[in-house]
Amino acid sequence: MKRYSAFAIAREALRYHSGWERAWRAPEPKKKYDAIIIGAGGHGLATAYYLGKNHGIKNVAILEKGWLGGGNTGRNTTIIRSNYLQDASAAIYEKARSLYETMSQDLNYNVMFSPRGVIMLAQTHHEVRGYQRTAHANALQGVKTEWIGPQRVKELCPIICLDGPRYPVMGGLWQARGGTARHDAVAWGYARACSDMGMDVIQKCEVTGIRQDGGKVVGVSTTKGDIDCDKLGIVVAGHSGVLAEMAGFRLPIESVALQALVSEPIKPCMDVVVMANTVHGYMSQSDKGEMVIGGGADGYNNYTQRGSFHHIEETVRALIETFPMISRLKMLRQWGGIVDMTGDRSPILSKTPLENCFINCGWGTGGFKAIPGSGWGFAELMANGYSPLTAEFGLNRFKEGRFIDESVAAGVAH
Amino acid sequence: MLILTCPYCGVEADETELQAGGEAHIKRETVGSSDEDFEDYLFARQNPKGIHFERWRHVYGCGKWFHVARCTNTLEVFGTYSAQTTEPPQDIRDKISGKRPGWSWGIFS
Repeated sequence: MKRYSAFAIAREALRYHSGWERAWRAPEPKKKYDAIIIGAGGHGLATAYYLGKNHGIKNVAILEKGWLGGGNTGRNTTIIRSNYLQDASAAIYEKARSLYETMSQDLNYNVMFSPRGVIMLAQTHHEVRGYQRTAHANALQGVKTEWIGPQRVKELCPIICLDGPRYPVMGGLWQARGGTARHDAVAWGYARACSDMGMDVIQKCEVTGIRQDGGKVVGVSTTKGDIDCDKLGIVVAGHSGVLAEMAGFRLPIESVALQALVSEPIKPCMDVVVMANTVHGYMSQSDKGEMVIGGGADGYNNYTQRGSFHHIEETVRALIETFPMISRLKMLRQWGGIVDMTGDRSPILSKTPLENCFINCGWGTGGFKAIPGSGWGFAELMANGYSPLTAEFGLNRFKEGRFIDESVAAGVAH
Repeated sequence: MLILTCPYCGVEADETELQAGGEAHIKRETVGSSDEDFEDYLFARQNPKGIHFERWRHVYGCGKWFHVARCTNTLEVFGTYSAQTTEPPQDIRDKISGKRPGWSWGIFS
């Protein structure tokens, strides 16, 4: 793999850009791999990357039924933060956030990580208490966050309307080192690095069955034929239930649609990410100038990758109250992704009833920010059978009542 | 916009008038049930890509709970029926069979 650098750009500029090579190979599947990852989204690719980088397992295939990063990795609103309430969540999300800081250098691929800061607005007295509690919890967890008053919110985000009327801004939880990154680049960067390690990223290869022998996984059936493996990682977000059924177990997960939309590009007006959980809306401005807006999830099971129109209306209506200047913005695009929701709004990174088959799912509405930490922990779990990052996130926590309740900190917006 | 007909009051209701209540026909476990059965009852869901039987409540209308047979992949609605039953009625099953031969959902088909 030729490295990307300022020198490479200069060299290619002098020879009509004829020397760029494909970022990753497009191989046909081999008969057998040490490990197969189902799902070439951010989490799946990150898992494969850390399997190779941290654990030396490089005979790996990553199977994708569609195209690389075409699921929720390419559909989220790119927010990165780690201001969660529970210790287990803070650990894995903070690990992810810190890995994002060096990701461009690690992968030699510009993921445009922009630690511009994230404010979660408190718009009710209940939220004020909740976020102050989270700020204290974060201090104990070593996650740098801060409770700020309304005037500081206004300084950080001048276009905000503090007065309401329905939901005045009473302060916010500020994480200065949170921000955004380019979501496609995260998938592409990992894919390029995996391909460089000799792994096979196989697109348009849908898994149609999981083959097992004596309670152990032996391989998968796909639209490109049967492929054997020693270990299998299922990392498919919204379709986790479908894959789990193939593997012969059920999950505490329901798949629903979550929508986002972007406006026409405008001049820079907002250099932080603002999340307003009471009114179910969050917004940031992309480097192109588009206002990137996310809203609430639908309430019913859905696999269609499009959501209900009234959620867009509710989201936009709420944001216009908080940001009156966007009331005449035209919206360019709207889309949906299928998110896998668990009861406690925390993910599942776990062994499964099927031996050597592991599952990483349940990230719900907030998976993008966790990609590197999730991959790091899940790779360790797959390689060694245990990871301190994922230990609390096992499937058995539901049976044992050890929930990691993030429905307050994470239930609405990400 | 999902439009469902409330089998009690007969109103054709937009989804904004309704509230989704998740999977239907879940067998309730009680004293004496095993831990595994309780876990299944409380948390495990079928979450299929396809035929789904589910509970809805006509929350901004007559307030009644009812059941819906719907496809989660196409959003096609096969019908709504009373909540006072432990299994989907035969006419709904026949209707689904007409369009999706060989379908199954949990113990029903």
